[in-house]
Amino acid sequence: MAETLLYWQALNRALDLEMSRDESVFTLGEDVGLYGGSYRVTEGLYAKYGEWRVRDTPISEGGFTGLGVGAALTGMRPVVEIMTINFALLALDAIINMAAKIPFMSGGQFPMPLVVRMPGGVAKQLAAQHSQRLEHTLMNVPGLRIVVPSTPQDAYWQLRQSIASDDPIIMLEHELLYFEKGEVNPAAEPPPVHQASVRREGTDLTIISYSRMANLSVQAAEKLAEKNIEAEVIDLRSLNPIDWDTCSASLKKTHRLLVVEEDCRFAGAGAEIIANLSERSFFDLDAAPVRIAGLDMPTPFNRELEAASIPKINDIVDAARQLAGQNKTG
Amino acid sequence: MDRDTLHRFLYDMLLARAFEERAAEEYANGNIAGFLHLYPGEEAVAVGVIHAAEPSDYLVTTYREHVHALVRGIPPRPIMAELFGRCDGICKGMGGSMHLFDRERRFMGGYAIVGETFPVATGIGYSIALRQLPEAVICFFGDGAVNQGTFHEALNMAALWKLPVLFVCENNHYQIGTEIHRHSAVVDVHKRACAYNIPAEKFDGMDVINVYEATRHALARIRAGNGPQLLEFETYRFRGHSMADSGSYRPRSEVKAYAERDPLKTVINEAEFGYPTSEQITAAGPDVISRLVDHPSAIDHFDARHVEQIKQEVANIVDDAAQFASQSPQPTIDDAWASLYGNRQHETLMEDAQHG
Repeated sequence: MAETLLYWQALNRALDLEMSRDESVFTLGEDVGLYGGSYRVTEGLYAKYGEWRVRDTPISEGGFTGLGVGAALTGMRPVVEIMTINFALLALDAIINMAAKIPFMSGGQFPMPLVVRMPGGVAKQLAAQHSQRLEHTLMNVPGLRIVVPSTPQDAYWQLRQSIASDDPIIMLEHELLYFEKGEVNPAAEPPPVHQASVRREGTDLTIISYSRMANLSVQAAEKLAEKNIEAEVIDLRSLNPIDWDTCSASLKKTHRLLVVEEDCRFAGAGAEIIANLSERSFFDLDAAPVRIAGLDMPTPFNRELEAASIPKINDIVDAARQLAGQNKTG
Repeated sequence: MDRDTLHRFLYDMLLARAFEERAAEEYANGNIAGFLHLYPGEEAVAVGVIHAAEPSDYLVTTYREHVHALVRGIPPRPIMAELFGRCDGICKGMGGSMHLFDRERRFMGGYAIVGETFPVATGIGYSIALRQLPEAVICFFGDGAVNQGTFHEALNMAALWKLPVLFVCENNHYQIGTEIHRHSAVVDVHKRACAYNIPAEKFDGMDVINVYEATRHALARIRAGNGPQLLEFETYRFRGHSMADSGSYRPRSEVKAYAERDPLKTVINEAEFGYPTSEQITAAGPDVISRLVDHPSAIDHFDARHVEQIKQEVANIVDDAAQFASQSPQPTIDDAWASLYGNRQHETLMEDAQHG
């Protein structure tokens, strides 16, 4: 049943399936129609569903994201694609002031079945304006949910679940994940959309991460195993809400916490993860939790410097070894 | 104009005025807090526009929207209770004065960030057009909103896809304290619509019949498939921007000139027009009394006593609404959580994740 798909293909399948099942689902954004989507996510859908359900928009991020909000108020299920999260800064009024507030301010009268999909993250020399990760900004907004799939299977499941949800959900994709391959089993029963997954079991420390960094963490864990360190890797999959129970259960076993994030360190997602787990699991911890994160600087254009500004597999390995009490050179 | 329609206009405008003046009083009494933006002076716009709409048409309004809610048919009690922030408010006390919503009556919200009504209305229009329904959406905005990017983005999209959106400018000439000549290079709001090929006209917004007719025609054009239309109604707010603003920046002569054109006076004059005075009736003699009285009722007018009756009636309704609001219980923090998460019917999220 399972087949190997690229991440973008998994998203495309999910969107296609939901559009075929439910006429209230439509998608809109810059170049999603005739062009087929900047990262091919909407490829083929314009021909299949027509221009009203696959709508090419002007370059008006605030306007068309707000359009999605208005359509959702009438019971439609819009899937807004913002070409990159960097452009979503122009749509924050629609996302934060409208989508996240209307269900609440209306006393619960209006659901908000809106999905806003957007890629972000450091890709390949796109410079500071096109390399941001803004999850911290959105995590701090009550009323919004955030999913961060790191594999084609999660991309498939979580997009379908987000479309079916009556809450506003932001789907943060990663520009370097679109062409990564993975097994997708459309028939498999998905876990709850916000549930974290244990990508690798281990006993010596817990690495908590999400999105592309979760994949690097799994690779780091394989290297650590060669050094006799068994790391448990948790992929959060959702940044609001966060599945704290899965995290706490792991810390009961490993007693050591390493958080890996691509976003800037200061006031980032990792700060919340460590603060919360310190409160919950303080007496399970044998060492101070450790964060590795992006540098607190705008992303440099230069290739070497860009690479140096975000965590790499070796950074994770080194930090994990130190946390587990191993000397780096040992 | 038939008598019933005119009567409804008059009734709604008197109710609106009485409701807003009572809200100001309750604010002064400490029963209403926060930002409170009142509508006296502008009643002809909401009343004329909303009466011209069908109940199936959607309304998207600004933060100065109590009157729009009343005219749409939301009872005064839950509106006043919302202003008080109480449990029986139309939004259970979660929205307040600036955020009235009523899903059932297609009252799609009061929005308190200037310029937000444009994309919301455009999205509703998109949804109507996609499903090919014979409905429309009315988007209210003030003169100060037209310099936000959303105005231009939304007008462009609405025109591009011929969406059934009626953009209604309540031009009261001021964005809080800045007069239109100091905030806009082009002060004729309707002229801006030509950049997007949207038919637009300006009308006197102090005359409810005028507003009603203009809106009816614009909605007819929309329903005929002509795409969005824009109407600019020139009006005036008699009070400051909000209760925190005395409005002292406005020239006294200007305030006085508009006070003389009070839309309530205008509609009362309209209603009484042609009705004979008691002196005229006496002078005409007994034979023709019946004729004189019959004539105006045939052309659907009525006399000053009716106006007084309505005033009394709306005063009682507003009293009752304020009484109701003051007796409504305060909402609890659990009510707030329920408002936030009440729409997750088919999804089960972790209990502790739900409550922070």
